[in-house]
Amino acid sequence: MSLEAKFRLRRSASLEIDVDLSIPPRATVALLGPNGAGKSTIVAAIAGLLEIDSGRIALDGRVLDEPASDVFIGAEHRNIGVVFQDYLLFPHLTTLENVAFGLRSRGTPRDDALNRSLDWLRRVGLDGMEERRPDDLSGGEAQRVALARALVSEPDLLLLDEPLSALDVAARSSTRHLLQQHLEAFEGPRLMITHDPTEAFLLADEIHVIESGRITQSGTADDLRLRPLTPYAADLAGANFLRGRAVEGVVEVGEHQLRVAREDVAGPVLVTIAPTAVAVHTTRPTGSPRNTWATTVAAVERLGPRVRLRTDGPLQLTVELTAAATDELGLVPGKEIWVAVKATEIGIQTDN
Amino acid sequence: MSSSKTRRSDSRRTPLLLMVLAGLGLGLFVVPLVGLIGRVPWTDLPQLLGSDVVLDALRLSLVASVAATAIAVILGIPLAWMLARVDFPGRSLVRGIVILPLVLPPVVGGAALLFALGRSGLVGEPLYQATGLLLPFSTWGVIVATTFVSMPFMVITIEGALSGLDERYEGAAASLGARRWTVLRRVTLPMIGPSIVSGLVLTWARAFGEFGATITFAGNLQGRTQTLPLAVFVSLESDRDAAVAISLLMVAVSLVVLVGLRDRWWRSL
Repeated sequence: MSLEAKFRLRRSASLEIDVDLSIPPRATVALLGPNGAGKSTIVAAIAGLLEIDSGRIALDGRVLDEPASDVFIGAEHRNIGVVFQDYLLFPHLTTLENVAFGLRSRGTPRDDALNRSLDWLRRVGLDGMEERRPDDLSGGEAQRVALARALVSEPDLLLLDEPLSALDVAARSSTRHLLQQHLEAFEGPRLMITHDPTEAFLLADEIHVIESGRITQSGTADDLRLRPLTPYAADLAGANFLRGRAVEGVVEVGEHQLRVAREDVAGPVLVTIAPTAVAVHTTRPTGSPRNTWATTVAAVERLGPRVRLRTDGPLQLTVELTAAATDELGLVPGKEIWVAVKATEIGIQTDN
Repeated sequence: MSSSKTRRSDSRRTPLLLMVLAGLGLGLFVVPLVGLIGRVPWTDLPQLLGSDVVLDALRLSLVASVAATAIAVILGIPLAWMLARVDFPGRSLVRGIVILPLVLPPVVGGAALLFALGRSGLVGEPLYQATGLLLPFSTWGVIVATTFVSMPFMVITIEGALSGLDERYEGAAASLGARRWTVLRRVTLPMIGPSIVSGLVLTWARAFGEFGATITFAGNLQGRTQTLPLAVFVSLESDRDAAVAISLLMVAVSLVVLVGLRDRWWRSL
């Protein structure tokens, strides 16, 4: 079972979607791009809610949409599970009825549909919530219901539209773990769209950066982080991203210790450092930065007037500088440098 | 310096002018009711309301208003759906035509119905020749006239609700395998449920009180086309007490229906 989607679709005078996606079974692909890049349109086209102008969408060899041969299979006949942005749970139905909706619509007998839905509510950790209305659910709970609703009919493909972006920080990490678990258990291809690089990095095997309806870069999270091809990709995906363990204002990342500005966080954490927040010096810096260490330049890449630098251990970071500063400091691969990061520039969120 | 500050309770007090105007507005509704109730011949009331004329008119009013509401559901909801969801040429003209009966004097509507559906009318003549059915001066004519003036309430209420409904919910239902009819039945209609109830109430209320189009198109025949408003109109000339009694009956039926439904279904209206 795999998804092949190569199509064009004009949405407005200024936006034409032109994409070529191929997702093998058990792989999670993320489309990462800003609002207005056409991400939701791509989901709608694959789900069968919009017709493409040209090209072909096929799932497991079955053509779903191909204008050239006049084939269009409507959403209701596609068997694609969709977790929509802001979930779109039916407000007049209970949690259980929402989950059972797909099975009931496809003719599963009532008792069987309700039993399977109850089982799914339990699997997403919502036992005892079956009689609640969507209005009485928190964002994280609604997201779980939406996931159960999409998965209960055993779809051939799973589409996730901004699955975590509507959640607050507290709900995000637990929901992300649950999502990760269910994505891994799902046998078919999975396509996720998001504007949040963190989401894409954590959940996807392959990331396509999408700008104005076109894919501008494809690769793994590391490819994107270390070798962004466009200035936009550099901004979007360029953040340094580390896992560590927080103890009283210090995060241990491997052997290295980073001072952070938050003392209220403890345990496993995700640390983000913007490439522009890292200062490079040729001698040991003095002054206020709480984190300084010696390292060497591993690579230098020029993106017009901006330069992206990669540093060697103990923490491999991407650093962004102006071309002028790079030249002035004589930064070339192998050069010994000092880097400095202010504690307040280090983003930190729990990773439980 | 404290004199320049407003006391907390003052800022919450309802402005006096607002209360006076609201009271005047309310008076406009209450005074006629009081006038009516003050004129009710209480001792003769059972006898007046038990007359054949009144019972016939009550039965006809209930039949016509319920039938008009049912037709408004069957024809008006699809019409509202077309206006809200289908982008066809001349849509705003069609919307204007549908709303016209709301602003048109009912007598003009009745006359227009007569020219179109009367014995020698554009549609009425072939209809009569083909089936022998004559709408004017028949109970069917009452139902047609009543539907004409009341259905716009259903159409505009439902159209507004459908336009306000996020169509993505219907897409979500389709992605879950629901065919169009299932989407309509299990998602669209339940989600606009409160508006459907509002539309039912408004349509029925307008139909129950309908007078002008009915008397023009269907005439004023006891037992066949004379509804309660027509009976009031006739009685005002001949028997004031009967007119007051029938008016009281209409007020009572309307209040029972509106207040009864309000607590149950259309609190939001």
